[in-house]
Amino acid sequence: MSTLEINNLHVSIGDKEIVKGLSLTIRSGEVHAVMGPNGTGKSTLSKAIAGHPDYTITSGDVLLDGVSILAQQADERARAGIFLAFQYPSEIPGVSIANFLRAAQQARMAEGEELDASAYYKRLYSKMDLLKIDRKFTSRAVNDGFSGGEKKRCEILQMAMLEPKFALMDETDSGLDIDALRIVADGINTMRGPNLGVLLITHYQRLLDYIVPDHVHVMYDGRIVKSGDKSLALELEAKGYDWIKKELQAATA
Amino acid sequence: MKPPTDTDTLTAPAELAPVENPAVGIDQTAGNFSYKMDYAFDAGTGLSEDTIRYISSVKKEAPWILEFRLAALKKFFSMPLPTHWATKDLEAIDFQKIRYYLSQGQKPKRTWDEVPDDIKKTFERLGIPEQERKFLAGVEAQFDSEAAYSNIKDIVAKQGVIFVNSTEGLREHPEIFKKFFGKVIPTGDNKFSALNSAVFSGGSFIYVPKGVKVAQPLQAYFRINAENFGQFERTLIIADEGSEVVYMEGCTAPKFSTSTLHSAVVELVALKGAKIQYITVQNWANNVFNLVTKRGIAHEDAEIKWIDCNIGSRLTMKYPGVVLKGERARGEVISIALANDGQHQDTGAKMIHAANNTTSNIVAKSISVGQGRSTYRGVVHIPKHLKGCKNNTECDALLINTNSRTDTYPAITVRGDQNSTQHEASVSKVSADMIFYMQQRGLTEGQAMSLAVNGFINDLARQFPMEYSVELKRLIDLEMEGSVG
Ligand SMILES: Nc1ncnc2c1ncn2[C@@H]1O[C@H](COP(=O)(O)OP(=O)(O)OP(=O)(O)O)[C@@H](O)[C@H]1O
Ligand SMILES: [Mg+2]
Repeated sequence: MSTLEINNLHVSIGDKEIVKGLSLTIRSGEVHAVMGPNGTGKSTLSKAIAGHPDYTITSGDVLLDGVSILAQQADERARAGIFLAFQYPSEIPGVSIANFLRAAQQARMAEGEELDASAYYKRLYSKMDLLKIDRKFTSRAVNDGFSGGEKKRCEILQMAMLEPKFALMDETDSGLDIDALRIVADGINTMRGPNLGVLLITHYQRLLDYIVPDHVHVMYDGRIVKSGDKSLALELEAKGYDWIKKELQAATA
Repeated sequence: MKPPTDTDTLTAPAELAPVENPAVGIDQTAGNFSYKMDYAFDAGTGLSEDTIRYISSVKKEAPWILEFRLAALKKFFSMPLPTHWATKDLEAIDFQKIRYYLSQGQKPKRTWDEVPDDIKKTFERLGIPEQERKFLAGVEAQFDSEAAYSNIKDIVAKQGVIFVNSTEGLREHPEIFKKFFGKVIPTGDNKFSALNSAVFSGGSFIYVPKGVKVAQPLQAYFRINAENFGQFERTLIIADEGSEVVYMEGCTAPKFSTSTLHSAVVELVALKGAKIQYITVQNWANNVFNLVTKRGIAHEDAEIKWIDCNIGSRLTMKYPGVVLKGERARGEVISIALANDGQHQDTGAKMIHAANNTTSNIVAKSISVGQGRSTYRGVVHIPKHLKGCKNNTECDALLINTNSRTDTYPAITVRGDQNSTQHEASVSKVSADMIFYMQQRGLTEGQAMSLAVNGFINDLARQFPMEYSVELKRLIDLEMEGSVG
């Protein structure tokens, strides 16, 4: 049982503050959906937690099982169990998915320990089958020339292989066709369980029909302005964000 | 300077009939460890006629070779440094401070047991794995100036293949090697080929008889192991009609505190229908000037392929070339260069088409890290009177950070309308986002960098023999680890 605790977090890019005091605690087994208008800082939040060097944390803290991770490099945080499924995954020309994931797994092993290649491939193939990814993808370079949907599926494949404690999934549903959405959602649901906590960033209620969240948060202008259960997502779908903005104005007036 | 200690006299080989220059009429213008060794022969530092006479007498060479060396020395002194197009850094070489000849005074070894422990220790420190050390038991290794170790020679000798060092080649088999020696690359081709022609020692001389396909690659490991010691090996490979041979050369040099010069000359001759593949993976210490001339002549239906990988050195200047002399001859240069901080890789290729229906292919990839600098220089020459000639040139540069510098100088002269060329060039960067993406999967910054670099050269690395691509990956990992904070 683990916890990821975000405490009054402030994040800037250059001189510009994007995340303006955000708090949220995720425990293993929970799925938290985060919704919010474009440009409110959802991706910024997820990248800052993952340790992107361009994102400066000006105050607040992020704790994994009670210990601050802010002093750790991105790769240390990753090995500690934080996984980010990118909104816009990078392409790595010339590096095959199989070799990339192998290197990532090897990086998690003690020095001198060698990955068992045949067990690794067996596992990789079973995860690919689960996500209905053609085996010929193993030899393709990571995300290189992939369609939008293929990139998203490749992110989930990596997540399935690396078995993180916490997954920050940034618009994993965007770019997926209807069938792919169901496959990816099924895959995530299989991974769901007492050892995984999820922060699910999405714009659409549709995904939440498949992956039913325990909590839904609305992010606006760098903060969480409203939280609720899955019904909040339905309400947003029906009414848009205007009513939330109005509520906010009324509260601050 | 000590006089030669070996006073054996040598009978000069019978003077051979002068042979026609095979290249005539072709326009070619278009790790910090070191072990104490006992050097039995030492030419001292500096370069003069005396140095040359000393080297020649230690090697008990025939008079014509001494004449060849002395003429080359004159040429060397008369030629300016090519700084009108090359870097001024060449001016930092002090030719009078270099040691031009050094030998352990040992005959080439035959078995592993006979190899001196110091040499074994160096192999060990180079991280050559156990099974590869066994593999090395079939290898011609050059330790300093002379081959310290040889065994594969006996295996290939059964097929009639001659695989010896330059001294032995010229002394024992002049009837085979004299004809082509210094002809593919004339002494005065450039200042450094002249230097090599004056002071050469070591290197491999190989003759593959007609129709013989050598099953295993012939190998040589080169390294420098003395302060201020220049290495000037000379290689000549002749593949007779219809024969095939693969030659691999690997260089790993210990680090030194003062500048070191390496200036080799490699000549290849592929006679009708023959195939030669010459593979180099080298990693010179940061203070080495590596100025190498490599060229081959491909006769009718012959094929010459250079696979060249340059890592390390202060300055490397190397442009492997193929003179496509016979119809349907093919030439190829596959080149990888990695320039880290303080290094300049000035590499490229030369393709001289001199017959109809000849084809050439150049794929060059360079990686510049930090203050590292990469330059591509290419020459593709197809004269007007030829037809059916094709060239493909591809140059890709990868920049690891904004300080890196890369230049390309492709000179493609294709005349006449019955020939074709294709040229592509690209410059890409390893972006911070790409590195972050990989770090987010758990790789350290250094691991992420080396993976990005290995990905960039992946399609070329696959053309290397297995053990060399493993070695290459290991070298890149080491380079990239050192390049991040
Ligand atoms: N590298 C950057 N440099 C400058 N501004 C940036 C950078 N990254 C993000 N921003 C700005 O920060 C704000 C928040 O961006 P972010 O990507 O976090 O929004 P988001 O909530 O994920 O939006 P979307 O729903 O469109 O994905 C935006 O105004 C964006 O332009
Ligand atoms: Mg976003």
